[in-house]
Amino acid sequence: MNTRLLPLCATLLICLIAYAACVFQFPAMFSTRVAGNLLTDNAFLGIAAVGMTFVILSGGIDLSVGSVIAFTGVLLAVLITHYGVHPLIAFAIALLITTAFGASMGAIIHYLEVPSFIVTLAGMFLARGMCFVMTTDSIPIDHPFYTALQGLFYRLPGGGRLTFIGCLMVLVFLVGIVVAHFSKFGSYIYAVGGNRTSAELMGVPVARTTIGIYAMSGFLSGLAGIVFSLYTSAGYSLAAVGVELDTIAAVVIGGTLLTGGVGYIAGTFIGVIIQGIIQTYIVFDGTLSSWWTKIVVGVLLFSFIALQRILVFLSLKRTTATSGG
Amino acid sequence: MTDKPGLLAVEGISKSFVGFKALDGVDFTVRPGEIHALLGENGAGKSTLIKVLTGVHQPDAGVIKIDGQPVAMRDTQHAQHLGIGTVYQEVNLLPNMSVADNLFIGRQPMRFGFVNRKLMEKQALELLAQYDLHLDVSSDLSRYSVAVQQLVAIARAVDMSGRVLVLDEPTASLDRHETEILFAILRQLRARGFGIVFITHFLDQVYEICDRVTVLRNGKLAGSALTAELPKIDLVSLMLGRALAVATHNTRHDRPVPAIKPFSFKGLGRSRSIAPFDLDIGEGEVIGMAGLLGSGRTETAKILFGIDAADTGHIRIDGHPVLIRTPQDAVACGFGLCPEDRKSDGIIGDLSVRENICLALQAQKGWFNRLSSREQISLADKFVKALDIRTTDIEKPIKFLSGGNQQKVILARWLATNPRFLILDEPTRGIDVGAHAEIIALINRLCDDGMALLVISSEIEEIVAYSTRVIVLRDRAHRGEISGDDITTSNIMQMIAAESEGASA
Repeated sequence: MNTRLLPLCATLLICLIAYAACVFQFPAMFSTRVAGNLLTDNAFLGIAAVGMTFVILSGGIDLSVGSVIAFTGVLLAVLITHYGVHPLIAFAIALLITTAFGASMGAIIHYLEVPSFIVTLAGMFLARGMCFVMTTDSIPIDHPFYTALQGLFYRLPGGGRLTFIGCLMVLVFLVGIVVAHFSKFGSYIYAVGGNRTSAELMGVPVARTTIGIYAMSGFLSGLAGIVFSLYTSAGYSLAAVGVELDTIAAVVIGGTLLTGGVGYIAGTFIGVIIQGIIQTYIVFDGTLSSWWTKIVVGVLLFSFIALQRILVFLSLKRTTATSGG
Repeated sequence: MTDKPGLLAVEGISKSFVGFKALDGVDFTVRPGEIHALLGENGAGKSTLIKVLTGVHQPDAGVIKIDGQPVAMRDTQHAQHLGIGTVYQEVNLLPNMSVADNLFIGRQPMRFGFVNRKLMEKQALELLAQYDLHLDVSSDLSRYSVAVQQLVAIARAVDMSGRVLVLDEPTASLDRHETEILFAILRQLRARGFGIVFITHFLDQVYEICDRVTVLRNGKLAGSALTAELPKIDLVSLMLGRALAVATHNTRHDRPVPAIKPFSFKGLGRSRSIAPFDLDIGEGEVIGMAGLLGSGRTETAKILFGIDAADTGHIRIDGHPVLIRTPQDAVACGFGLCPEDRKSDGIIGDLSVRENICLALQAQKGWFNRLSSREQISLADKFVKALDIRTTDIEKPIKFLSGGNQQKVILARWLATNPRFLILDEPTRGIDVGAHAEIIALINRLCDDGMALLVISSEIEEIVAYSTRVIVLRDRAHRGEISGDDITTSNIMQMIAAESEGASA
């Protein structure tokens, strides 16, 4: 079997085992209600994680995600509540700003040859700072359009709700999969992540690709911000602190190599769902502290990083063995 | 033959990097339907010339002509567009992507705005079938051997460019059988009218497949001739040259070879790197190692110093068996190594002269035993004086020193540890003539002080000047030893150029 698929299979297996164990203890977890809520509660995380997957596949990192989500939330709240702008127009403005923000970070990373870690760290502070410039309060959003979107759901048999934002996340994942595997841009992302110099020598437009990747991550962070503001009906400067780290965790647990070039968008989806399952379990248990989510995610991360390194060593060994023979 | 217009020609190309002239007025012509070998030792300017030909570097002076028309090559894509395809030394492909992706990335067949994988894989199969390669084109490239990856790279380059193919040491990591497959493909391409530039350091391969040879030395054109008209011995002397005219005659030949040899290496070897060899070195002896690039010189040094672990053999020092598995072990045994690539393996550019000198001694003393500032300064002062290191200040970052002075600092670093056995890999490369003579004088002085030295060099005359014995390497094996009055340039060259009997399979 292709060793590339092994982390993905391991993730899927862990996800199924975890879910089965949860259902064994709390049979009520086996319901469309829980499934629907998993999608809804993790919608913003999932959407941001798709962008993060592309960034990590290209060998980079985007630390600005959480701040951009908060920035979008605050911007929407200010525009809609204080200035009476229609939500759709506010959405367009927010997406435009976050995409441009991502693109400019990509341009700095490429043209000034600065590590993405530093550039997006700066972006993180900048976006968070901009939130506080706009407002330090939590601004509620009360608009008929918001209420309409929030009330939009498909009732599953068994009482589960497939909400608008849950569906949006699934849609983003599907589009992400198509882009990654069936578009030129997708193949360029894998190429840049595989070996930037080779990609350049082979005629891959590295500049365009790098800028595109971060622009896309910016766009998806903006979209995640919109979803977050629909989810919470408010904009708050201190929201979504550390979400970028949750998305990185989801991407790595999903089997994407942090060194770039190897991974699947679908794996990230499972990574997000695993985190969701742990949270749901804690809610069902009722006595556990919510910090157990972090602890389990930490353990999972450690084991996945170890698994990936072992796989890399094994494949290296095999390559030298075949070339030696 | 000669009046056939060049497919690709460069005239009077010069290229400098921060004061260092990598190429100096080089002419080079590739004709259609010929395989043209480009030879030269490390630092001769081969890679720079290739990078100029393929648009990676822009020349400072000179013209590039394609079909007699001057062109200005903007970048690699433009070069490809003009018909020049390149396969770089380390196969520059994407091991994390499929074979088909690697062949077609950037120009995948599209349908409805999406990559048409089916068609792409079908085209990939057809393309590789021309080379008699039948692979699963949808699986990752990393699953295939380096040889196959090389062929995939060639298939891509040929398919994209279609006129000139530049191969930078394509056979370096291939075995005999794989090399033959590659040569069959090159002959086929030659018959199709391709101009092929073939860079290698295997002279046998030059005579096997190349029609014409061009040799570069120190950034200058050393000569160009039809292979059939150039005997091997002349080719070797073109490559190694007789540039060194410094008045350092051999003073060592008459020196008695010491009877007791405390450093004894028996049957050391490492597969795919260097064939097992025996080596005994006495105190006050300088062993010269001669051979072309890739003959196993540096590999020998790496095994002796524990950088590469030996598969076979054992080491005795003063009659006691020792294990050298890491450079730390080697240093503990009193060894020192000045590596070939000074910039990347030797100096630490941003540290000062003083810090660079104290490095090995501090490493030997361990973490807790810090050399005090005063000790460091006096040590650095001592060596700056003793070796005549020209620097305005011992606190100056070493990267601002000239090559020769950098080399002396590295020597000082090891001398500070009082080594008994010092290995110098190309100690005089890339330094000017004056410093050159000083380094040679220093080698002689160390030898007189009773140190055992092993010196690797491409400059035969230099080896003749200081060696008590000379070991000649060829095809990754120690082939012979010369001592006493037999140490002459012509004897060494004869041995280097000698036909490799029963060419190793």
